[in-house]
Amino acid sequence: MIEILDVSKAYPGSGGEGVFGLNLSMAAGEFLVLIGPSGSGKTTTLNMVNRLVEPDAGVIRIKGRDISETDPVQLRRGIGYVFQEAGLFPHMTVAENIAITPVLLGWNKDVIGARVRELLALVRLDPATFHERRTQGLSGGQRQRVALARALAANPPILLLDEPFGALDPVTREAVAADVRDIHQSLGLTTLMVTHDMTEALLLADRIAVMREGHLVQTGTPHELVSRPADDFVSQLIETPRRRAQALAKTLAL
Amino acid sequence: MNSSLKEAWALLPDYLGQHVILSVSALILGVAISVPLGIVAARSQRAAPPILAIVSVIQTIPGLALLALFYPLLLALSAVTRDLFGVSFRALGFLPALLALTLYAMLPVLRNLVTALNNLDPAILMAAKGVGMTPRQSLYKVELPLAAPQLLAGIRTATVWVVGITTLSTPIGQTSLGNYIFTGLQTENWVFVLFGCVAAAMLALVLDFLLALAGSALSARSRPRLALAGLGLIVLIAASLVPSLARPSGHGVVIGAKNFDEQYILADLMAGRLTRAGFAVHQKIDLGSTIALQALAASDIDAYVDYSGTLWGDAMHRADMPGRGPMMGQIRDWLSHRYGIAMMGSLGFENAYVFAMRADRAKALHIQSLADLATHPDLTIGGDFEIFSRPEWRRVAQGYGLSAMRRRQYQPDFLFSAVMSGDADLVSAFSSDGRIARYGLTILADPKGALPPYDALLLVSPAHAHDARFLESLRPLIGAIPLSLMQRANLMVDRGQDKRTPQQAASWLEGAIAQARR
Repeated sequence: MIEILDVSKAYPGSGGEGVFGLNLSMAAGEFLVLIGPSGSGKTTTLNMVNRLVEPDAGVIRIKGRDISETDPVQLRRGIGYVFQEAGLFPHMTVAENIAITPVLLGWNKDVIGARVRELLALVRLDPATFHERRTQGLSGGQRQRVALARALAANPPILLLDEPFGALDPVTREAVAADVRDIHQSLGLTTLMVTHDMTEALLLADRIAVMREGHLVQTGTPHELVSRPADDFVSQLIETPRRRAQALAKTLAL
Repeated sequence: MNSSLKEAWALLPDYLGQHVILSVSALILGVAISVPLGIVAARSQRAAPPILAIVSVIQTIPGLALLALFYPLLLALSAVTRDLFGVSFRALGFLPALLALTLYAMLPVLRNLVTALNNLDPAILMAAKGVGMTPRQSLYKVELPLAAPQLLAGIRTATVWVVGITTLSTPIGQTSLGNYIFTGLQTENWVFVLFGCVAAAMLALVLDFLLALAGSALSARSRPRLALAGLGLIVLIAASLVPSLARPSGHGVVIGAKNFDEQYILADLMAGRLTRAGFAVHQKIDLGSTIALQALAASDIDAYVDYSGTLWGDAMHRADMPGRGPMMGQIRDWLSHRYGIAMMGSLGFENAYVFAMRADRAKALHIQSLADLATHPDLTIGGDFEIFSRPEWRRVAQGYGLSAMRRRQYQPDFLFSAVMSGDADLVSAFSSDGRIARYGLTILADPKGALPPYDALLLVSPAHAHDARFLESLRPLIGAIPLSLMQRANLMVDRGQDKRTPQQAASWLEGAIAQARR
């Protein structure tokens, strides 16, 4: 579905940040999580998939087609994107935020109205309560749910998520994460998510890609990563959730 | 009700109406130019600094100067378009005022818009791009709506500025609430000054309130409130148009006046005669001294009174003194050849620099003329701030050997009390000032002709220079106003007690002229 071939992107003057010679591909319907510390190039990689960032070298293909030959605006309308801290438009209502891509695509008004209600239900927000709300008054979880509905509005086959749960409290975070996974499953999406939380990655992903300083360190299923970490860096990443799980088991056993 | 207040009320529809039309037009034009310019400036790192710098520099030009600068500029432009395309336009009044005020309206609008656009949350801009907006869609659907509150704040600032500065468009011939202020300052009619200030302030507050209402309606998405604000603006503008539409249109003529009492009275006098002759007459008062002649040459005004000495020295740049007769002839020829202006003749009086003494003191010292002063070197002469640096004084001092005389300078209003109290033995004055007769002062003769004549000359624009009906209705004024009559008319307006308006003085003068003729 998505092929990233020998892609590089350097940010001159940033102290060596960027992405260097990255190769990564995703099958249709796969949930892939990009993980790594800050500055490891994971968000740059995500943004290159919908051309918010243009690579210096290499090719990215979606459904076999080189995206550098497509119109970036049309490309983005066909890919759902959930931004860090939601990125909702503060001057629009919840319904207007969700409807934005269908409006840009010129859908019929009635169709858009029905679609917005459907999406609110999908992300578990009561249409009667939230339809006309302004986004300023929403909680963090509600904002992310609106952002998710907005990303899915035009039925994109691909969903990109940039640290979508970073600002949420643990309880909300778990609920929203579970819903994202369910929606991914039920809609048959191809989902690429960026995070730096290994626990989250292990629980959500079909496959995890570990990045460090712009290079891909290891890709594999959660099980493969836990059982055969490629190096010390990956081991350390895995270590934290493992230690927490053991501590938790001990506490609960008491 | 106080008679000044009553008169002010009667003028309000016209003054306020024209003020609103000018201010609102300038604001609309200013916003229409600033918004696209602001968008360009916000998008381009290179365009922003020069655009903002130019607009800021314009803001530092004093309002009166900027307004006055547009007049010669448009006059030259009008001459060019007339030569090239056969089309000329009016360079006086509405157009120069509109352009100058538009420039003034731009800075707050532009600066607020650029600041707002440059300070938008980058995450929001990224999101706009990410959901598939083109740059244009991002601008219209996200950036401008988010910048709107600050843009509106800029428009409100511009509104208050422009409504205030519009009062300064009076001297370039555009009627506004400033007419109250300029006329009031000149005639010391403080009711008028205050009335103009209060009216302008109220107008600024009302417009600001309506804009604030529109702004809150937009952010709260309240249709009824938005409709209310829009209705308020529409009613205000429509009401402002009524006086201009109700005014008889067609063959209107415009009488001009400079900014002092005598000029107001003479303008009212001419306006009264032309109205009775069937013309639709407007007045443009408080014109700058040099602007008046330019305006007449361009037929922006159709008649006004100027003084031979002023034309000779300030317009023709002549320093020689060929004597009254040749001077009048040369002025007539020069005006006619250069501009096509018709000089109808002198009204019969002069408004010249003269030197005056208390009658009893002059008699006691046996002084009748400037020549007699040479035998009294111990006298003190009082003058206004200007006289001792003018060529008139140099000629007088040389001609009569007065260079060593003791001099004192006074604020013009204090000159009369200075000579009456004996603080000064003689003072400079304007010959048609009514207070000369009131205080019984003796004007010293000028046997050597050192002081140039300042005959009041009636000038007619090229457009009406051959209009018989126009000329005939004004011709009876030629030679009809002796100095004593003009002094009495001026005094009516100048005096502290039983003060009259220029219009009342004009109708008294008209009556006196008619009586003299009988």
